Formats: sequence, C-alpha cells, structure tokens
Amino acid sequence: MKNTFQIGILVVCAAAFLMAGLNLSFGGAPAYTDMDDYMLAHGQEETGSNNIVTGVVFDYRGFDTLGEATVLFTVVLGAGLVFRRLGKKEDEYEYE
Amino acid sequence: MNMSSLVRSGGANIMMPFILVYGFYIVVHGHLTPPGGGFQGGAVIATAVVLLMVAYSRAEVRASVSKNVLKNSETLGLLLFIGTALLALTAGLAFFGNWLLDAGTLFGTPVAFGINPPGDINTGGIIPVLNIAVGIEVLGAMGILLLAMLGGMKGDAE
Repeated sequence: MKNTFQIGILVVCAAAFLMAGLNLSFGGAPAYTDMDDYMLAHGQEETGSNNIVTGVVFDYRGFDTLGEATVLFTVVLGAGLVFRRLGKKEDEYEYE
Repeated sequence: MNMSSLVRSGGANIMMPFILVYGFYIVVHGHLTPPGGGFQGGAVIATAVVLLMVAYSRAEVRASVSKNVLKNSETLGLLLFIGTALLALTAGLAFFGNWLLDAGTLFGTPVAFGINPPGDINTGGIIPVLNIAVGIEVLGAMGILLLAMLGGMKGDAE
C-alpha cells in the first residue's frame, strides 16, 4: 500500500516535469528578443566591454553579481561552521 | 619520500606556474575574451590548491598555504567589489554605475567598437576592477572550502 502510494507520487511528479520540459522550445529561437537585440547592439559602447557576456553580468546586471558574490561568502561561512572541529586535536588541520 | 611522491611533487612544481598564469589571465582579460571573468578565473586559480593537496602531504600543504591569507582575500575581494560599486555614487551615477568608463584614466580608453575588434586591456571602466575583485574573492572562497575538506582527510597521502 505504501509502495503504491510512493510510486504514484513518483509517476505524477515525473509526468509534471516531463510536460514542463517538453513544452520548452528547442528550436533555439527565444520567444522575446527585444532585450537580446538591445544588448547586442548597444552593449559594447555602453559598457565598454568587448565581451558582451561580461558586460551583461558586471554592468547591466551588476546587482545580481553582487548577490552571487554574497552567496559565495555565505557558502564559505556555512562550510566553516560544518567543518569546524569541536574536540580539536593537535594533528588535525585547524580550521577555525 | 619514495619515488612516486617525487614524481607527483615534481609534476606539480612544473604545472603550478602555468595554472596560476592561466587563472590570472582569465581574470584580467575578463572583458575581452569569451571564457573570461572573475568567477572562472578564481576557480582556475583555486585548482592550484587542489594540485598541492594531491601532490604533497597534509603537513606540507598546511605549511605552504595560509588559511588567513585566503580568508582575508575573500573579505578583501567582496569589500573591493562593493566599494567600487559604491564609488559610483560620488560620480553622480547610480549604484554600479560605470564611473571609470571612457574617463581616460585607469581602464578608461574608449572601446574599439565593432564586431571582433582588437582587444585593448585598458578599456571597460569598472568592469575589469570588478572582475579582479570577484577573482580575488572566488580564489579565497574556493581555497578555504578546499582546505576545510583537507581537514577531513584521513592520514597523509604518502
């Protein structure tokens, strides 16, 4: 009984994700291209970066990159918390 | 010190400068070349720490890689990032405004416009500065994570 329940949940979830995945457009043509066209046309002179990807990441979406850097900082904080040794011995690599 | 450990450490010694130079190249040329940016370059530099961990024993890694330097570099990178973004306010721009762009000073040369222009590293305004800041931060963060995992390693790989 419990097994049937679990298998049912699995099938429903898989069907939902498959439906969502199959609805993606695989043709390579995005639905809306206004933003892409603008960045490709003006990105070089507006950001001063020949690499448009870097121009978008560090100039148009700099705030997003600040969030990424903060996430990395938080990851290190969390890892330091998890890997900290309470009963520290002399031989162990001392990590905070 | 047996033979295989000699081969490992010798190979690591040969590879180390190339890895570091490649990582710093990716960081500094982030605004010019396609596979560029602070995140990728910092990760490449952090692989140098992995190489040290593979090639040397735990005591030697502990002696050569300073945990405090990595910790400080992470904090310094994040502060440099936010500070550069905040300095745009003094120039009358919005937060993250490109206050060094075309200013004629550091990274201030106007960019050569067009498809696939000749790359000049002295362009881009604050974008190279932000790239370098993120690179410093990522190498510190990755290095600290790797050192923390090294602390969980059992025994020495002699």
